[in-house]
Amino acid sequence: MSGVRAYPGLACAVLPTPAVTSSDRIPSETPRLQIENLSYNYGAKAALSDVSFAVHGGQFCALLGPNGAGKSTLFALLTRLLVPPKGNILISGTPLRQNPRAALSKIGIVFQKPTLDLDLSVERNLFYFAALQGLSKTEAAPRITEALERLGMAERAQEKTRSLNGGHRRRMELARALIHRPSLLLLDEPTVGLDAVSRTAITEYVHGLTREGLAVLWATHLVDEIEDQDQVLLLQQGRISAHQTALSLRGSSSLSDRFKAMTAPE
Amino acid sequence: MRAALICLQAIMLREAMRFVTQKERFLAALVRPLVWLVVFAAGFRAALGLSIIPPYQTYITYEIYIVPGLCGMVQLFNGMQSSLSLVYDREMGSMRLLLTSPLPRSWLLFCKVLAGVSVSILQVYAFLAIAAVVGIRFPASGYVLVLPVLIATGLMMGSIGLFLSSTIKQLENFAGVMNFVIFPAFFLSTALYPLWKMSEASVLLHDICAVNPFSHAVEWIRFALYGQMNPSAALWVTVCFIVFFAGSLWGYNPDRAVIRTER
Repeated sequence: MSGVRAYPGLACAVLPTPAVTSSDRIPSETPRLQIENLSYNYGAKAALSDVSFAVHGGQFCALLGPNGAGKSTLFALLTRLLVPPKGNILISGTPLRQNPRAALSKIGIVFQKPTLDLDLSVERNLFYFAALQGLSKTEAAPRITEALERLGMAERAQEKTRSLNGGHRRRMELARALIHRPSLLLLDEPTVGLDAVSRTAITEYVHGLTREGLAVLWATHLVDEIEDQDQVLLLQQGRISAHQTALSLRGSSSLSDRFKAMTAPE
Repeated sequence: MRAALICLQAIMLREAMRFVTQKERFLAALVRPLVWLVVFAAGFRAALGLSIIPPYQTYITYEIYIVPGLCGMVQLFNGMQSSLSLVYDREMGSMRLLLTSPLPRSWLLFCKVLAGVSVSILQVYAFLAIAAVVGIRFPASGYVLVLPVLIATGLMMGSIGLFLSSTIKQLENFAGVMNFVIFPAFFLSTALYPLWKMSEASVLLHDICAVNPFSHAVEWIRFALYGQMNPSAALWVTVCFIVFFAGSLWGYNPDRAVIRTER
């Protein structure tokens, strides 16, 4: 860590500055996430059709798509809430279907819906999650302290989760997703319902994580969360219609206009 | 193995903390059987004559007869309440956290059931203590010997609740399903009247009571409270636990998509 940066909107909270700049991002060789020919149907309706892509370490991959494009289905498949009848998912080379335990232990997840126990304190929630990952209290304690400090939440460790605002709850979920030191971070529309300041802070923080080597798959329909060097996966009607950097996708126009043009009904 | 035990400890601790913070839940769990014991049993005492049937070796009052059934009732309601909280967790999203843990799903679900059982056992012992205060006592060894039985019967009722939670798609449907589970399970059992008494009324009702898993749970508790074994009840309870828990695993199988995705 080369230094710290003030968490926007919160004078007392600080976030670490990434050690390397965005131009230094070099994808690692083994994909942290590799999806091969993935398909999933709800009855007769195809939710995903023959989806293939890879996300490498150090990459921020934005999964863009209009409502109903299949983003949440893809996340459910990646987290094994659903099992695909066809296709393969590999997490850092480990097949999710054949070895779910090893594969899931490499994934950090921030769900679209909050998954916190509101009656427990921030710290207790994190200890609970750590235990679900098989981490003992002794192992988890320093990791929890570190994760909370990194997200400027250390002073709120003993607070009841119910008393936190939406932004703090999201930061806490992000801290939780990092406790077991995953190699891949999945975030399903993590900024929905947050104010602009919290949204920017979380988006910047996660971008910073990729500079430390983490692979990120970020589902969103808010294009202002995407930076030019990010990979963009455009999902439409269950199929990938584009997979390139945001800069090359948008060309000379704004990403927002390009997204609207690409997803406009014919 | 170590990770599995850490997980079990955490899930049980979480359930215990919920239990401690929800004092109303504990109170409700105690008041319900006590009302039956104090009001219902007192009213029926004169109306119901009970012959000497095992494990009893002498004539007993109706209050004594009804206590094992009320212990079962505490566990039945607890099992269903745990099931309700599972449906709620699923609706609210926190179930996803559990199901995306790298530990085997069967173990995670078993931990959930066992955590509920531990709470139900505390409730049963609190109820037995109050019953003892009002003069309904059992042999001292019975209070110890009933513990493993309560674990087994609690696991059976918890797994029924778990199975139900896997089949219920929405929280709103829960009340309806409960009406078709709790009341028939309780009234069509040996909790309130012995089997032979039921056969006097209807052979069909007698047969339903005889195959009701809850009847067997109650009878196992009844025998254990007197330090006696009831192998057939033990077998019924064990088989039912295996069947319903296997059904729950099927219900929570990711192939079946019990967790709805936000599309």
